[in-house]
Amino acid sequence: MDFLAPVQQWLGPVWVVVWTLAKIVAIAIPLILTVAYLTLAERKIIGYMQVRIGPNRVGPFGLLQPFADVAKLLFKEIVVPSGANRYLFFVAPLLAIGPALAAWAVIPFTDTLVLADINAGLLYVLALSSIGVYGIILAGWASNSKYAFLGALRSAAQIVSYEIAMGFALVGVLMAANTLNLSDIVRGQEGGAAYWYVWPLLPLFIVYFVSGLAETNRHPFDMAEGESEIVAGFHVEYSGVAFAVFFLAEYMNMILIAALTALMFLGGWLAPWPRLNEVTVLGMAPFGDGFLWLAAKMSFVLLCFLWVRATFPRYRYDQVMRLGWKVFIPVTLVWIVFLGAMMQTRYADLFH
Amino acid sequence: MTFHTAIFYAFAAILIFAALRVVTTRNPVHAALWLVLCFFTAAGVWLLLHAEFLAIALVLVYVGAVMVLFLFVVMMLDVNFDSLRKNFRSYIPVAATVGVLVLLEMALVVVGSRVGGGGAPPVPEGSNTKALGRLIYVDYVYPFEIAAVLLLVAIIAAIALTHRKRRESKYQDPGLQVKVRRQDRVRLLDLPTEKRD
Repeated sequence: MDFLAPVQQWLGPVWVVVWTLAKIVAIAIPLILTVAYLTLAERKIIGYMQVRIGPNRVGPFGLLQPFADVAKLLFKEIVVPSGANRYLFFVAPLLAIGPALAAWAVIPFTDTLVLADINAGLLYVLALSSIGVYGIILAGWASNSKYAFLGALRSAAQIVSYEIAMGFALVGVLMAANTLNLSDIVRGQEGGAAYWYVWPLLPLFIVYFVSGLAETNRHPFDMAEGESEIVAGFHVEYSGVAFAVFFLAEYMNMILIAALTALMFLGGWLAPWPRLNEVTVLGMAPFGDGFLWLAAKMSFVLLCFLWVRATFPRYRYDQVMRLGWKVFIPVTLVWIVFLGAMMQTRYADLFH
Repeated sequence: MTFHTAIFYAFAAILIFAALRVVTTRNPVHAALWLVLCFFTAAGVWLLLHAEFLAIALVLVYVGAVMVLFLFVVMMLDVNFDSLRKNFRSYIPVAATVGVLVLLEMALVVVGSRVGGGGAPPVPEGSNTKALGRLIYVDYVYPFEIAAVLLLVAIIAAIALTHRKRRESKYQDPGLQVKVRRQDRVRLLDLPTEKRD
């Protein structure tokens, strides 16, 4: 970045602000584009799973469909329901998307590429993802609609419940990695696919993935929306851009969960076989810094999200609660104790 | 005034304003949201003190869980807050006493640390979480365990006090549901086809 030195001198102390903003934009814009194409991928993949074609009219293979959708949503009128709490009605989508974006600050993309390499990174992500629920609750309450309110209450109960199982699954990762720093957690898994935390923490990995589905209100846990029961849940009264913002937040959270799963259980930017990073094609190392590995792992987790959606019917509400409280939390607790006990034996190496 | 102090005063101003709004706002949901803002800014102030673990735990526990349940209750219950608010001014003597007491206590701590030469506590080296974990799980492990057992007892007592089977509500036993076999539910009838005349 030598060519930026004169700019840096000219801006003086403001430089830090400008440079950080530039980095944030460099994360946010690709993220939003990923969301756009994730929606297309979702429709295409589920289409093929159901022996349909999916969107194929806008652009070649429907590749411009997301932009058509965005344009449609931008030009739609925003309808404010009568008796709605106007102020909170518009603040709610912002409260949903703010935390979804902010959590990306601590996600390391490669060994060196991270916006904020903080010590308590994992806790920060956990704290921010727990704030996202405010957007949903307030949307439901401020809409002054029974369906929206029911959706909000369901979602609040569900997210608070699954956060506990999710937190306990992360405790297992902390025990294995001995750190809260996301970059160091990945570095603890060096050495190839056999060293990834997914093996010693397999039950926690499954619990984390399923809780991730529940946290992001994805099928089969999309109680907050549940078209067949409460129309569209918390965002039934939202239209146009306000709805688009909720949509964006949900998909960003999906990608975030995928990124965290890849970082904590699947070795993040590390290659499944370290030698692969030295492969050169036409003088370039395609896997050089490992970003492609992370992208591939995230894509795989996201594919699983879509796959689950196409496969399973929606849970009944009491079953969702039962699964969270009576199955996942005990499983994680038992595995944490087991992990702690094994670390005291001569097999401690297997559990790092 | 350094940048650091400027941020502190900004946070403090937001915190005090939000705290005032918690008690003065008319709408209970708004009050709960102002309280959320209070917790959030308090976490910001703690971050300035390099207490990152405590700050994030505050957000995680209070903002992420406690206040969500609070909002839940405030939204669900149809409390007539205007009637509760009628005697707002009559609470002034009690509030003033508590406020003065808190102020005195804080003054004692501040003055005490200045006089006693304690000053600000040193910032722990390296990871905050590790330092706290060492204190809780190594140095003070028994008091910590006792506190945990007390909490557990309190949880069990609270559940035992409030838990009762309500006769009018329906229950589903997942175990029984799983055990259901086809033979118990489905009966195949052999109906002869009728001929149309």
